[in-house]
Amino acid sequence: MSKSGRFSWFYFSSPQSFYPLAGTLQPWFAALAVILCAVGLYISFFVAPTDAQQGESYRIIFIHVPAAWMSMFLYLVMGFWSGVGLVFNTRLSSMVATALAPTGALFTFIALWTGALWGKPTWGTWWVWDARLTSELILLFLYIGFMALQAAIDDQRRADKAGAVLALVGVINVPIIYFSVKWWSTLHQGASVSMTGAPTMAKTMLLGMLIMALGFWMYSIAATLARVRCVILERERHTDWVAAEIGAQT
Amino acid sequence: MLEARQLECTRGDRCLFTDLSFKLGRGQMLRVAGANGSGKTSLLRIMCGLVSPSAGELRWQGRPIRDEREEYSRNLVFIGHLNALKDDLTALENLQCAAALSGKPADVGRMLAALERFGVAHCAELPAKVLSQGQRRRVALARLALAPAAPLWILDEPFSALDVGAVVELELLLAAHLASDGMVVLTTHQEVQVVAHAILRVDLDLHTAALRAA
Amino acid sequence: MIRALGWVLRRDLLLAFRRRGDVVNALVFFVIVVSLFPLGVGPEASQLRNMAPGVLWVAALLACMLSLARLYAPDHQDGTLEQMLLAGEPLVVLVMGKVISHWLMSGLPLVLIAPLLGLQFDLPGDALAVLCVSLLIGTPVLSLIGAVGAALTLGVRGSGVLVALLVLPLYVPVLIFGAGSVGAVASGTGAEAHLMLLGGFLALSLVLAPWASAAALRIAME
Repeated sequence: MSKSGRFSWFYFSSPQSFYPLAGTLQPWFAALAVILCAVGLYISFFVAPTDAQQGESYRIIFIHVPAAWMSMFLYLVMGFWSGVGLVFNTRLSSMVATALAPTGALFTFIALWTGALWGKPTWGTWWVWDARLTSELILLFLYIGFMALQAAIDDQRRADKAGAVLALVGVINVPIIYFSVKWWSTLHQGASVSMTGAPTMAKTMLLGMLIMALGFWMYSIAATLARVRCVILERERHTDWVAAEIGAQT
Repeated sequence: MLEARQLECTRGDRCLFTDLSFKLGRGQMLRVAGANGSGKTSLLRIMCGLVSPSAGELRWQGRPIRDEREEYSRNLVFIGHLNALKDDLTALENLQCAAALSGKPADVGRMLAALERFGVAHCAELPAKVLSQGQRRRVALARLALAPAAPLWILDEPFSALDVGAVVELELLLAAHLASDGMVVLTTHQEVQVVAHAILRVDLDLHTAALRAA
Repeated sequence: MIRALGWVLRRDLLLAFRRRGDVVNALVFFVIVVSLFPLGVGPEASQLRNMAPGVLWVAALLACMLSLARLYAPDHQDGTLEQMLLAGEPLVVLVMGKVISHWLMSGLPLVLIAPLLGLQFDLPGDALAVLCVSLLIGTPVLSLIGAVGAALTLGVRGSGVLVALLVLPLYVPVLIFGAGSVGAVASGTGAEAHLMLLGGFLALSLVLAPWASAAALRIAME
């Protein structure tokens, strides 16, 4: 490693030196994720007060809202690393983008599922064409498109670059889609129902939600690091250091 | 002048060649040799700027080609495996489009003369889909007779599907191009008889062999 | 540069003219899809009138997407695309030429035939006019965004389904405001805002999509 901070950035931008770093960091983030999620879930289920209008079923928003936040945030992060990979031609950034996609898709799916679970007792139906749910659905399509494109291209370099172009196009489109859908839904059904629940959110509710969001964030980092390590091993399998690494483990 | 510096090309997991350097000057021809799958076509595509090498760089007149792609492309004629003919256009229209897109529109007389050189002037008004393999190759090669101004010709297996007469005609054309200080890069399996004061040879088998030994 | 764009346009239009069948097929597809809806949901006039904008726009989306297969793939197969990348002109310009010809061959015919289909759905005159205008502004956006998808999936296995997966979610805003504009006329609120936004999408995609498509083409040729 190095004396100056600048150099160490480049040091860790090579897959070979990032691999052990990711291995060291990953358990810490995983532990943080477990602790934060446990605390967050405790607050959401036992500390936060029962909602006057919605009863106990509102508690699902402690998972739904952070998952929705993460799903959108991860798409931006994915777009960012894709852009870095495209501009600076760094392999590791493209690998990170590839590794982020499944986690992002997972959170999108969780947001949709919990939205449906929340919708049944609250609205009386599993699915409502609510602005948030609809844009989450389209976001899920974008994630699936990204993963499908990368899976369909055999040449790794091309898969990285093509995925990056798509992710960047998607990043420009996500806000446009979001606001289009929002306008569309207010036009069609008015502001009769909204996902944000109670008009004034109790402090403990907000706290629980924030802790859950942090926990999801840590989980995303841990899962991405684990996946990046797999991607690195797979792509660098013909290099000597991977052979040595695998030899050391078996 | 075209200069290659330590080019490396990988396809998937496979390294096709590495540490490939050469210089090609005016009036010189470079013949790329190697077995099937040794990366001849990949090298030619790198030299056109269609593919970027996984390491190393190419310089045209001392400047890296990726910095001025359009400028470099204007100095270049590339004839690849594919003839780049549209089936639904006539031979003449195909030639016209190719010339116009490369920035050097040509009049009908010159195009007919170019087709005549390769003995396909009688097919000028026929759609490309009714032409035979050999005739299609001749129409594609007629671009060379049309564009003597472009100094660098990069030709992938130009002699394939040609009969003896056309081979001789192409050899004459190459010799004339080299004599007027042009440059030619080509791959071919057959022996070429081109009069030139310098014919360089790059053997990709040697470069992969060196890689295996290393 | 303008000359090169002109040549690409001229070449593609000539090719499309020699293969008129492809253009007609996409148009017939559009007509068939639109005509199937009344058979599916019943012939009640007021319901059909409500559905018409959405049905016509979704059908336009699908027809436009199907014709994306003709945008780059044939040129890729016969090697002319390779020559375009080596043309010595900025690739963006040539891409623009191809997108314009794609729109003239797939978008414009839809705009022209849409009023006829609107009549089948009993749309009033002012709604028909807005439908045409919205298609006129919106279909070029479809061609532009589609060009990015077509370039990304060039030569990839299963590219037909993949291009739908990539492009259709990106078409959502155009669908919302395209169909919304006709609905807005019907409900009496006026379509100006919708059409302005569609125009905004057109401007944005005109600026960005050709670059993205050109970049994707270079990536695809590697």
